[in-house]
Amino acid sequence: MNLSDLSKQPSPWLQESGPASEVVISSRIRLARNLAGYEFKPCLTPSRQQEILETLKSALLSVPSPEPLFFIDIEGVSALERELLAERYLISLPHARGEGPRGVVIAQNENFSAMINEEDHLRMQVFAAGQQLEKCFEQISQVDNHLETKVQFAFHPRYGYLTACPTNLGTGIRVSVMLHLPGLKMTGQTEKFFNAARDCNLAVRGLFGEGSEAVGDFYQLSNQVTLGVTEQEIVQNFSRNIVPKIIEYEQAARQRLFEENPEAVEDKIHRSLAILRSARLISSQEALILLSHVRLGIHTGRIPDIPISKVNELFLHIQPAHLQMQAGRALSPDHRDILRARIIRTALCAN
Amino acid sequence: MLCQNCKTQTATIHLTEITNGHRVETHLCQACAQKQGLAIQTQIPLNELLSTLLSVPPEAAGTPESPQDQKACPRCGMTLQRFSKETLLGCPQDYDVFEKNLLPLILRTQNDRSEHCGKVPATAGQAQEKQLRLAQLRRKLEEAVRREQYETAARLRDEIRKLQ
Repeated sequence: MNLSDLSKQPSPWLQESGPASEVVISSRIRLARNLAGYEFKPCLTPSRQQEILETLKSALLSVPSPEPLFFIDIEGVSALERELLAERYLISLPHARGEGPRGVVIAQNENFSAMINEEDHLRMQVFAAGQQLEKCFEQISQVDNHLETKVQFAFHPRYGYLTACPTNLGTGIRVSVMLHLPGLKMTGQTEKFFNAARDCNLAVRGLFGEGSEAVGDFYQLSNQVTLGVTEQEIVQNFSRNIVPKIIEYEQAARQRLFEENPEAVEDKIHRSLAILRSARLISSQEALILLSHVRLGIHTGRIPDIPISKVNELFLHIQPAHLQMQAGRALSPDHRDILRARIIRTALCAN
Repeated sequence: MLCQNCKTQTATIHLTEITNGHRVETHLCQACAQKQGLAIQTQIPLNELLSTLLSVPPEAAGTPESPQDQKACPRCGMTLQRFSKETLLGCPQDYDVFEKNLLPLILRTQNDRSEHCGKVPATAGQAQEKQLRLAQLRRKLEEAVRREQYETAARLRDEIRKLQ
């Protein structure tokens, strides 16, 4: 797997738009596991970490998979390449910027990745476009079942799968959906959405940008409770109750916007597209806000000539590590703004 | 009570500040509270939660370096003091060594649950699997009783008896 090629292509699994993709960009399920008989991360010596890396690497590479699997030694790649992997959600930022022997196993189409020696010995995740949580769960369960024939995970009769942090205890499962909620934002209902999520013990984060500040109406919603409920209950609660409700509210908000003040929304959409098509300098924050409006325009039929895959692709390609990998060198923020504007212009004008 | 700032919405956030023995009460709606930077954090950062829950053990409140804090896991050397700073445990055994202190934290972060009822590794053995299955059924039974679904409850009770 050549990492510099990655910077030029979109995530293959996000090429097709999945079910309910007007609102749900993608689904993700992550499992946290630790090997029995080893300390957790804070108390591991580098040589023990190396042992874990070897054990899990060979177990993971033996997983039957329709897609070829690749191992990447994180210590063996450049800082920029690590950031690239993080921008593609294949590894976490702490994994990219951490220390010690660690790695990641990735499927060719990037819908599966398994970090070794992150906060837990093993953190593996499966992605799918749109709302396909049950499919993700099925796939990750198969991987987990296979691994359990090769290695023994730390398991406690009362607390279940043991994790370095007690907040992941039990199932070790984190179910998340990436949401695009411009309707709720424009109708001023995001606060309501946050409160409802909190009442259901769910965490809401901005999908882009540091901290909890969401840029461009993109949110990540995930479960916080991992103990005392079954994996199936958590997944089904998301896919059958929570996500359909959010889709319903968001669609209703969009409809209201277009009924009450169509010119204002259409103006926002077309103005955003015009700026993206003409800008010579653009920050990633501005680009995300404008792309959010364009995405809304595509899904509501206001922009018929741009495929949604093009916009999904841009979300990746305009991020700092992707820009610098494409340029083949480190770029200052000002130079990134120039290259970002050029990439967006080329992508959106070619239609 | 109406929000004392916008005077239109219902006040849902009530703040009492005591400065130099002088008491000031503020009543705001969610939106105004947020504008003033007073909105409640949706998630308490884990390390904050940890230090509140761990630093003052109910029976040994007082000095921060109480014997509780300094007790180390014989296997990995982890102490509660270190855990409350780093939020990560040192080895699987810590869950037993520090159980008394960790349990309140687990209950607090896991919505009052403390018993796993999900997947069991195939290697865990039948006895363990049975224990977990029982815990799962008992929880479902409680839920059914709470929701007054007595037929379901009766079926679950029979299932539990059979397993035992």
